[in-house]
Amino acid sequence: MLDICNLHASVDGKPILRGLDLHVGTGEVHAIMGPNGSGKSTLAQVLAGRDSFTVEDGSVSWDGVDLLAMPTEERARAGLFLAFQYPVEIPGVSNAYFLKAAVNAVRRHRGEPEYDAMDFLKRVKAEMKAVGMSEEFLYRSVNEGFSGGEKKRNEVLQMALLEPRLAILDETDSGLDIDALRTVADGVNRLRSPERSMIVITHYQRLLDYIVPDQVHVLSRGRIARSGGRELAQELEARGYGWIEDLQGAQAARGAAS
Amino acid sequence: MSTLEHWLQRYNAGRDTLPGAGVPWLDALREEAIMRFADEGWPSNRLENWRHTSLTLLEERSFAAAAAPLTAAAVVQGLRRDDDGAAGGHWLVFVDGRHAPALSDIGALPAGAQIRALADVLATRPEWVEGHFGTADDGASPAALNAALAADGAFVRLARGVTLEAPLHLVFIGGVREDASLVRNLVIAEANAEATIVEHYVGAEPAAAGSAASAGALSNAVTRIAAGHDARITHLKLQEEGRNTVHLAAIDAVQARGSVFASHSLSFGAQLARNDIATRFEGEGCEALLNGLFHVDGRRHVDHHTRIDHAQPRGTSREFYRGVLDGAGRGVFAGRILVAPGAVRTDAMQRADNLLLSAQAEADARPELEIYADDVKCAHGATVGQIDEDSLFYLRTRGLDETHARNLLTYAFAAEVLARIGLAPLKRRAQAAIRARLPGGELMEAL
Repeated sequence: MLDICNLHASVDGKPILRGLDLHVGTGEVHAIMGPNGSGKSTLAQVLAGRDSFTVEDGSVSWDGVDLLAMPTEERARAGLFLAFQYPVEIPGVSNAYFLKAAVNAVRRHRGEPEYDAMDFLKRVKAEMKAVGMSEEFLYRSVNEGFSGGEKKRNEVLQMALLEPRLAILDETDSGLDIDALRTVADGVNRLRSPERSMIVITHYQRLLDYIVPDQVHVLSRGRIARSGGRELAQELEARGYGWIEDLQGAQAARGAAS
Repeated sequence: MSTLEHWLQRYNAGRDTLPGAGVPWLDALREEAIMRFADEGWPSNRLENWRHTSLTLLEERSFAAAAAPLTAAAVVQGLRRDDDGAAGGHWLVFVDGRHAPALSDIGALPAGAQIRALADVLATRPEWVEGHFGTADDGASPAALNAALAADGAFVRLARGVTLEAPLHLVFIGGVREDASLVRNLVIAEANAEATIVEHYVGAEPAAAGSAASAGALSNAVTRIAAGHDARITHLKLQEEGRNTVHLAAIDAVQARGSVFASHSLSFGAQLARNDIATRFEGEGCEALLNGLFHVDGRRHVDHHTRIDHAQPRGTSREFYRGVLDGAGRGVFAGRILVAPGAVRTDAMQRADNLLLSAQAEADARPELEIYADDVKCAHGATVGQIDEDSLFYLRTRGLDETHARNLLTYAFAAEVLARIGLAPLKRRAQAAIRARLPGGELMEAL
C-alpha cells in the first residue's frame, strides 16, 4: 500500500531523513519509535506534504501513485490523514465550519454528496460523543484555548470524520495523562479496519499497550535502524534508545572499514 | 484655483444661511474655524500626526458628485432590511450632509431621549448645543473646516438613566448631488444613560472602472460624545464610502466617572480615509474599548490615529486594531496612550496587527505610550505579517485547497475584530460587509 524507498529529506540544507525504507501493507498498523531528533516528525510532515522540507532523493509510492507529486490537499482528499503532534490553533474559524469544510472537501473528491448542515451536525455530534468531546467544542475556534488532551481528541475526531485510508499519528500520546491516552487510543482502535493502514509515531512504548501494532520500527539518524514485532517496543522500553544508536554506530564503522 | 479658496468661498457665500447663523457664539466659532483652516490649509506630512497621510493633494483636487449617484431611498431600504428586520430601531438619514426627513424614521423614543437633526436644534434651540459643539481648535484643520461649514448632523441627548433599547442608526449618503458632505454629530449622554449609535457612511462607486482617480466627493464628519458618569455608550462606525471619496473624520469622546465607551471603527471604503478617534477619562474608573478593522486594496489608503487619555485614576482601556491590506493599499495606525500624573492603577492594553496579502501593500503601526504615573499596567504590541504557514498547512492537510485556506484565514483574521461587537445584528452586518470585500468571502457565510 505504502512503499517508501531510500527517502532523503532535508530542512534548510540540513539532512534529516537519510535513506529511509518502509513498507506498510493495507490494514496494517506500524509503530515508529525513536529518540528525539531521529526524524520521526519529519517523516510525518514529508508524507503529508509540508513544503518546508526538501525531498532530496527516494520515492514514496501509495497504491502505485507517486505520493510526493501530489499537493498536500490532494493527499488529504485521497485519504491520507496526519494527526499533528502540535495541532494548530486557528482563531476566528469555528471548529464546526472547519470540520464541515474538511469533510465535504473529502466527500466531493470521493464523488459522495456533500453534507448539509443537518446531516453534518448529526454525524459530528455522534463522533464527538465517541471521543468524549462536549458539543461546545463545535462552536469554539479551532483548537484555540484547548488543553493538550482536547487538541488530541479533536485530531482523533477529524480522523474519524475523514475516514482516511492511511492515518499517520504523530506523537498523539505526548502530553496526555493516562485517562486521555485511553480515550484517544480507544478512538484510534475503533478506526482500525482491514482497509485502513496506520503509522503510529511515538517516543514511548506506553501508547503501544493500547494501540497494538503489527510491526515496530526504530528510527535513528534518519533511517530505520531496526524492525520487529511488538516485543521490540518492550525491549526499547527496557534498554533505552542508546543501544540502537550504538548498534548503528558500529554498523556504520564496519561499513566504512569494509 | 486651489481648493482652499473653493472652501473659503463656499463659507463666505453660505455663512449667513447656515443653521444657527446670527447666534453670536456660533458665528464667532465658525469665523475662527474657517480662519484656522485658511491659515493651516490641508495637513501636510510635515506634521508628525500626518507623516504617513498628507492631504496636500487635496489642494489640487477638485471634488464632484458621483457620476451615478446612489438612490438614497434604496440605500436606506437595504440597510434597514439587513439591520433590524421588523424590530424597528431609530433611523436618521442624511443626504449630502443634510437631514432627509422623508427617509428618516426616529420611531418611538423613551421619555428623556431626544434625537434630532442638528440643523433644527441650531435654528430653534442653539443654547442646547452651546458648550457641546466643540471649538475651532479641536483636532486637525479638517475638523476646523467641519466646524465652519457643517450645516447638519445628529443631535442626541439622553437624560439621566435613559436607555435607548434599539440602536440609533445614522446614515450618511454622500455624493448624490453635492461634491461634499460635512456633518457634525453631538451625543450627550447624562449619568447612567445607555445607547448604541451606528454611523453608516455610504457612497457611490465611480461609474466606470479605472476612473477611481477622477474627482469624487469629500466626506468630512466630526462626532462628539459626552458620556456622563456611569453612562454606557457603544459607537460603531461603518465606513463604506465610494472608491474615489476622501473621508476625513474625527470621533471625540469625554468620559465622566465610571462611564464605559466602546468604539468600533470599520473602515472598508474610500480612496483615502482618515479617522481620528480620541477619548479622555475625566473621572475615575472609566473604561474604553477601541476596536477597529480596515481593509485596503488598489491604491487606497486608510489611517487611524487614536488617543486614549488616562487623565484620572483606575481607568481601563483596551485597544485592538487590525488591517487587511491587498494590492498597493496602505494602512496606518498610530495609537497614543497618555497616562497623566496621578492616574494610578491605570490598566491599558493596545494591539495592532496587520495582514499583508500582497507584496506591494504597506502597513505602518505605531504605538505611542506616554506614562507619567506609577503603579500602572500598560502593554502594547504591533505586528505586520503574512498568512501563517503552519495554519495554512494544517488546513490543507484537511483537504482545503490553498486558495480556500488562505481566504479562510484572511477572513478569520478580520472576523476576530468583529467578534467584539456585542449586538448580533450589527456583528452580522459588519461580517457581511467585510465578506463582500475579501476574496472568496462568499464561502465564509457559515463561519
